[in-house]
Amino acid sequence: MIDISGLTKHFGGGPVLNNIDLQIADGERVVVIGPSGTGKSTLLRCLNFLDVPQAGRITIGDVTVDAAKAGKADVLALRRRTAMVFQNYALFANKTAKQNIMEALVTVQKRSKAEAGERALAVLAETGLADKADSYPAALSGGQQQRVGIGRAMALEAELMLFDEPTSALDPEWVGEVLDLMRAVAERKQTMLIVTHEMQFAREIADRVIFMDGGKIVENGAPSEIFGSPKDARLQKFLKRVEG
Amino acid sequence: MRALDLDYMLGLVPVILGYVPLTLFMAVAGMGFALILASLLAVERVAKIPVLDWFVVLFISFFRGTPLLVQLFLFYFGLPQVLSFLTQIDGVTAAIMGLTLHFSAYMAESIRAAIMGVDRSQWEAAQSIGMTQGQMMWRIILPQAARIAAPTLVNYFIDMIKGTSLAFTLGVTEMMGAAQKEAAGSFLYFEAFLVVAVMYWVIVEVLSQGQKRLETHLNKAFVR
Ligand SMILES: Nc1ncnc2c1ncn2[C@@H]1O[C@H](COP(=O)(O)OP(=O)(O)OP(=O)(O)O)[C@@H](O)[C@H]1O
Ligand SMILES: [Mg+2]
Repeated sequence: MIDISGLTKHFGGGPVLNNIDLQIADGERVVVIGPSGTGKSTLLRCLNFLDVPQAGRITIGDVTVDAAKAGKADVLALRRRTAMVFQNYALFANKTAKQNIMEALVTVQKRSKAEAGERALAVLAETGLADKADSYPAALSGGQQQRVGIGRAMALEAELMLFDEPTSALDPEWVGEVLDLMRAVAERKQTMLIVTHEMQFAREIADRVIFMDGGKIVENGAPSEIFGSPKDARLQKFLKRVEG
Repeated sequence: MRALDLDYMLGLVPVILGYVPLTLFMAVAGMGFALILASLLAVERVAKIPVLDWFVVLFISFFRGTPLLVQLFLFYFGLPQVLSFLTQIDGVTAAIMGLTLHFSAYMAESIRAAIMGVDRSQWEAAQSIGMTQGQMMWRIILPQAARIAAPTLVNYFIDMIKGTSLAFTLGVTEMMGAAQKEAAGSFLYFEAFLVVAVMYWVIVEVLSQGQKRLETHLNKAFVR
C-alpha cells in the first residue's frame, strides 16, 4: 500500500507539487499524464527523495516518512522500497549489464556475489539480454540499455517501481521492445507508477490514470473514464493535442 | 669551444643510475600519499562540509600559490625551529612531505573536476537504488572520475619525478645531487648535467608510453 498525503514541493519559487494526495493499492498500475512542466517527474522524484519535498507524508509498505523532518535513515528506507527507471537509462558506465543489476543486490541488500550474480543472469534472461551480460552500456543500443535499466529496477523486488518517461529518449525503433518488457513487469502484479506520453500504452496497461496540471492532480480515474469521458477542460484540451 | 668528454659521460651513467631508485622512491611515495590526500580533498570539495570546506580551500590555495622550493625550505629549515619534534626529520622525508602537500593541492582540483564530470544521472541512479553516499562515491563515481583524471594525474606524476630533483637542496643525494657532486670534483659541469638531464628524459619517456597503455586499459569499458 502506498499512501501519499499533502506532498508539497517548490524549488524556491511557486509550488511545483501543490498538496498532492494519492493512494496506490498493492499490484496497482498507475499512469501519470499531463502537459510538460506540471510536476510529473518531480512527483516521482519526491517519492525517493531525489528531490526533497518540503511537506507531506509518504507511506510505502511498512515505512512512513514525514517530509518535513526526514533524516538520512528515512531517505534510505524509502529508496530501498522503491526502484526507479530513468528516461536516459542512467546505467553505471563502468559496469557491465550484469554488474549493473548485481550492484544494489550486493552493496545494498548484502547478498552474496554468487547469489546476486545468479539473480542478475535470471533477470537478464527475462529482459531478453542474456547474451549481453558482459557488455558495457556503451556497447548496447538505447533499447537494450533501457531494458537493462528496467532489469536493474526489477531485481530489487521493490514495493513500488517508478518509471519516468522510459521511452521518451529512445529512437522509435526501440520503443516497442521496452514497452513489451514493461508489460511483462506488469504481469507480475508489480506496483507501478509510470509517467509516459505513450497514450495507447497507458490505456492498455493502466488500472488508473492520473492527469496532472500545475502541480495538482486534476483528474484521477479508470482509463475508460479519463480517455473516454474526460470532464475537466484542461484534460480535454490535453488529450486533443496528444491524440490529434 | 671544447669537445665533450664522452668517456667521462659514459662513466658517469652507472654512477647516476645508482641514484635512480631513490629518485623513484621519493616520487612514488609522494604520488601515493598525494593521491590519497587529493582524493579526500576533492571529495570534501564536492560535499562542501561546513567549516572544513573553508580550510580545504585555504590549503589548496596556499599550496598552489607558492613555489615548491619555498615550501620545501619552509618544512625542512623553517618548521623545526617552531615545532621542536620535527628536528629529527631527514631530507628524504621532508621532500616526500613537501611533494605530497604541493601536488595534492593540484591533483585535488583535477579529481574534483573529474568527479563533477561523471554524468549526473548516474549519481541519481546510485541514490535511487539505496546506496549510501560513501558506496556511491567509492563504487560508481570515483572509478569513473579516475578514468577522466588519469591522463592529468600521470602528468602530475611526471612533474613530481622532476620535482624530486629539488630534494638536493635539502642535502639529499639523489640523481641531481649526485651529478652536482661529480661535477664539483671534475669541473665537467656540462657533461655531468647533460647526463642527468638525459636520464630524467628517458625515465619520463618510458612513463609516457605507460600512460598510453593505461588510458587504453581504462577506456575499455567505454568503446563500442
Ligand atoms: N531542479 C530544479 N530546479 C528548479 N526548478 C525545477 C527543478 N526541477 C524541476 N523544476 C521545475 O519544476 C516544474 C516541474 O518540473 P517536472 O520536471 O516535474 O515536470 P514534468 O511534468 O516532468 O515535465 P515533462 O513532461 O517536460 O518531463 C517545471 O516548471 C520545472 O522547471
Ligand atoms: Mg518529466
